[in-house]
Amino acid sequence: MKLLLFVVKKLARLAVLLIALSMAAFALVSLSPIDPVNAYIGADMLRVSPEQRAQIAERWGLNDPPVQRYLRWMGQALQGDLGTSSIYRQPVITVIGQRFTASLALMSAAWVLSGVLGFTLGVLAGGNEGSPLDRVVRWFAYTLAATPTFWLALLLLIVFSVTLRWTPICCAAPPGVLPEEATLLQRIHHLMLPAATLSIIGVANIALHTRQKLIAALHSDYALFATAQGEKRWGLIWQHGLRNIALPAITLQFASLSELFGGSVLAEQVFTYPGLGQATVQAGLRGDVPLLMGIVLFSAIFVFTGNALADLIYHVIDPRIRLGGGA
Amino acid sequence: MLAVRNLSISFRMYSAGLRQHEITPITGLDLEVRAGELVGIVGASGSGKSLLAHAILGILPANARTAGEIYFKETLLTPDRQKRLRGKEIALIPQSVGFLDPLMRVGQQVRRAAYLSGANGSAEAAQRQVFRRYGLRDEDAERYPFQVSGGMARRVLVSTAAVGQAALIIADEPTPGLHPAVVAETLGHLRQLADEGRAVLLITHDIGAALTVADRIAVFYAGTTVEVAPAADFQAGGQALRHPYTQALWRALPQNQFVPIAGSQPPPDQLPAGCLFAPRCPHVSAACRAARPELRLIRGGWVRCIHVEG
Repeated sequence: MKLLLFVVKKLARLAVLLIALSMAAFALVSLSPIDPVNAYIGADMLRVSPEQRAQIAERWGLNDPPVQRYLRWMGQALQGDLGTSSIYRQPVITVIGQRFTASLALMSAAWVLSGVLGFTLGVLAGGNEGSPLDRVVRWFAYTLAATPTFWLALLLLIVFSVTLRWTPICCAAPPGVLPEEATLLQRIHHLMLPAATLSIIGVANIALHTRQKLIAALHSDYALFATAQGEKRWGLIWQHGLRNIALPAITLQFASLSELFGGSVLAEQVFTYPGLGQATVQAGLRGDVPLLMGIVLFSAIFVFTGNALADLIYHVIDPRIRLGGGA
Repeated sequence: MLAVRNLSISFRMYSAGLRQHEITPITGLDLEVRAGELVGIVGASGSGKSLLAHAILGILPANARTAGEIYFKETLLTPDRQKRLRGKEIALIPQSVGFLDPLMRVGQQVRRAAYLSGANGSAEAAQRQVFRRYGLRDEDAERYPFQVSGGMARRVLVSTAAVGQAALIIADEPTPGLHPAVVAETLGHLRQLADEGRAVLLITHDIGAALTVADRIAVFYAGTTVEVAPAADFQAGGQALRHPYTQALWRALPQNQFVPIAGSQPPPDQLPAGCLFAPRCPHVSAACRAARPELRLIRGGWVRCIHVEG
């Protein structure tokens, strides 16, 4: 019953969010200086007559006022039709589905790696507060936090793909092979660098946060009492520290999906990895309004779901919330 | 069992930028507790009571410095020995349920205490046994700290100390703001632990409560022991007591004259050079202001005052 109420509330909030977001996105796209017809024609510019252009614009309904266009898009979107992507010439839903599958492998690999690595580094640093190890981890994390994703991606490319030639320079499959036909090993090989980029960027935040929480836990009254009971440092961390920092760490991990998504846009662009992030950039640069709108809605749902899961997990795991205040 | 000799604790603090200064909340503190004895430590807040407990257990913050000696079972209590003994030979009963891990079931915390105490046999059996002893049901072990009432919390906290074989138990303010019946019950539990042959140190600001169970009372003032007297001396009336501060405390009790003492305890960074009580003492003389008085044995109790005569 409580769960049902939770879901209904979240869904209502999501609906409001999506409506507001689609309006804002549509307004921005209509103000964009990119002419979708020009972007669509591209290199064939000289071979298309002004009359033909006018026909395309007419057919796409570009001459109607933005509000009318928005309402038309909205009406179709409500029926589940997000339109057809003008650059991929496929239904928007199909494009997003394909692209997201590619991104999902990338993002989940980065998500798990950054979570595990960040948490471990945070515990090691926080458990040895003030030690050389702690200083190294902090220095590492601050440096990473100040590192732009694309710069790190380029750096990794130069080191591992250009100089060492361990990893491919781009894409999701070897040249001449369709991504769908690549073997699992080939896919992993192409996934390594983009995933490494994303996870290294994600580590900093989680490590610093975990370190801070663990230090706070080790300075708490319950840690003092446990020490008085003869608990040693790692016993303290194992028995009480992890228990008390796991929850905020999990929440942070789910809430970090938005940053992961943003990071994947940059990383995919540098590695020309055919994921959703790259499609977003293409859609923006080439005035593919239906695809761009579709991606905006999809990413909003994705991030929202992550945050909702974080909320839900808190309710399920924390006994203070799960069992209510009643004694 | 426990002997504290001339203990001082100071903290290095940073104030106004990087200027360092030292405060000394405990100066020249002496105390003795024997096996089977319950000693009450009374004093106003800020008199250094809790710090003494932490000093005995070796859990003072890192910026604390101690001087003087603490002996446990006639052997000097070094930091290394403290690490080995705490939880096994020396146990702490903390103030409140806030000292329990909020995310761990209380039974598990008592089992962990049993395990750390190094007792033979299973921790679970020990926990069940100690819960039964204190009238807690088996299913209470499944509760989280936020789910236990004030009285139940006291029993759980006493259980964490009684589950092991600790020879010295330090109860730090174990009865703050509790119902009188719960206070009486908790004090009774401490008395039982002393009657089993353990040494019990009861730290409290409630002199009335301490008097109901203690064998002796140590009175703290501004971080030092001004008097250690048999509890009977308090029952005998103000005249049997030795130190002017103890007498003032006695007069301040509701069942006596209920008159508060004027002034306040000096803060640890503004201690007077002579007797710490001199600024508030009705009998103060030039000699009091010149030097800190030594502890003297008068009529079977220790007192730190030059005016008392045998």
